[in-house]
Amino acid sequence: MTELLPIVIAKLNYWAYIALMMIGLYAMIAKKNLVKKIIGMSILQTAVILFFISIGAKKDATIPIIVHGHEGGSHAARAAEYINPLPHVLMLTAIVVAVATLGVALALVIKIYQQYQTLEEDEILTRLQDE
Amino acid sequence: MKTLGIIVVLLFGSLLIYCTLDFPPWGDPQAPASMHVSPRYIERTMQETSVPNIVTAVLADYRGYDTMFETVVIFTAGVACFFLLRIFGRIESESRMYRHIPTGITLRISKDAEPPRESREFERIDLAWVPYDVVVKTSCRIIVPFCQLFALYVIAHGHHSPGGGFQGGVILGASVILFAISNNMRLSFTRISEKMAVLLCGLGVLIYAVTGALGTLLGSNYLDYGALSRLFGVDPVTARSLGILFVEIGVGITVMAVIITLYYNLASAGRHDEGL
Repeated sequence: MTELLPIVIAKLNYWAYIALMMIGLYAMIAKKNLVKKIIGMSILQTAVILFFISIGAKKDATIPIIVHGHEGGSHAARAAEYINPLPHVLMLTAIVVAVATLGVALALVIKIYQQYQTLEEDEILTRLQDE
Repeated sequence: MKTLGIIVVLLFGSLLIYCTLDFPPWGDPQAPASMHVSPRYIERTMQETSVPNIVTAVLADYRGYDTMFETVVIFTAGVACFFLLRIFGRIESESRMYRHIPTGITLRISKDAEPPRESREFERIDLAWVPYDVVVKTSCRIIVPFCQLFALYVIAHGHHSPGGGFQGGVILGASVILFAISNNMRLSFTRISEKMAVLLCGLGVLIYAVTGALGTLLGSNYLDYGALSRLFGVDPVTARSLGILFVEIGVGITVMAVIITLYYNLASAGRHDEGL
């Protein structure tokens, strides 16, 4: 038990993101309602974003903004003092793209509702077969 | 489908958890992700771009192509939403509704009758009209300008503090959405029309692309802002910081306009006639 505990503490955040990701994936696979599928997609995206941000963390390091940088940069920055900026950059754009994909997905859902008067997948399929 | 979903999810999840056992512990400074590119960014950003916020420098300068096409992606999303939903030439309904603002009385005027002149006392409302709420309207009227001021701060100060074009653009867009929710959509069209929003979507991408092309015209690589130094008469390092600012402004405009376009089209299913 004493050997297991450090592993659990070191990986707990990753496991939480995996759980979040699986919730999103399950919603996308098993839910019949299209809006619920989109919510699942958003949860999955959030899990990926949290995972990337978590990779960038370093112990005893601060946010990636150079201290006293506005005084002309005489202060030499050491890599160990600042957390990894790269995952933050990638996820910054990913968040906005997530909003954009969410917008397009909702637009498609509105169109589907106008066409079939329902958002339940099985009902849409029966209506498609009736036509 | 449910059992199949559970099986897939459990299998995939346990595989991922098994993979995490090989991961470096959380917050390890020697983790492979922190060893390769990022030390160079952290140590050299200040000398090369004079931007203290490393995230902004990497976003707009080192990874300029990525951000540019990211901006194109959200521009495409806004345009796609427009083309999917927008309905033109809707049938004019039999009667129109006007509200007399001082008394709150709603007038129904038939199609042929002469409507009251557009003035401060009358406002046109839609058949699915939003109730007139003084408290909500007034409090949002106070919040919106500060919201927009903060957004401009976030864009302009993105070099020195957390912020930048994406975040500031989202706040700007949210302030317009707040205005549209608290009043009605018809009124927000008089502030930022649909045409204006779609044109701004393109304008932001254009600003970004032109800033990059200026580098080529001045005899350097595309998106190499160091070449702008001759244009502004500053040293190349300061020119990079200025180039990042222009690019962030372009990104901010596009993000704001896309958020507004998405809201206009989604909230009314493309008819552009009623508030929520």
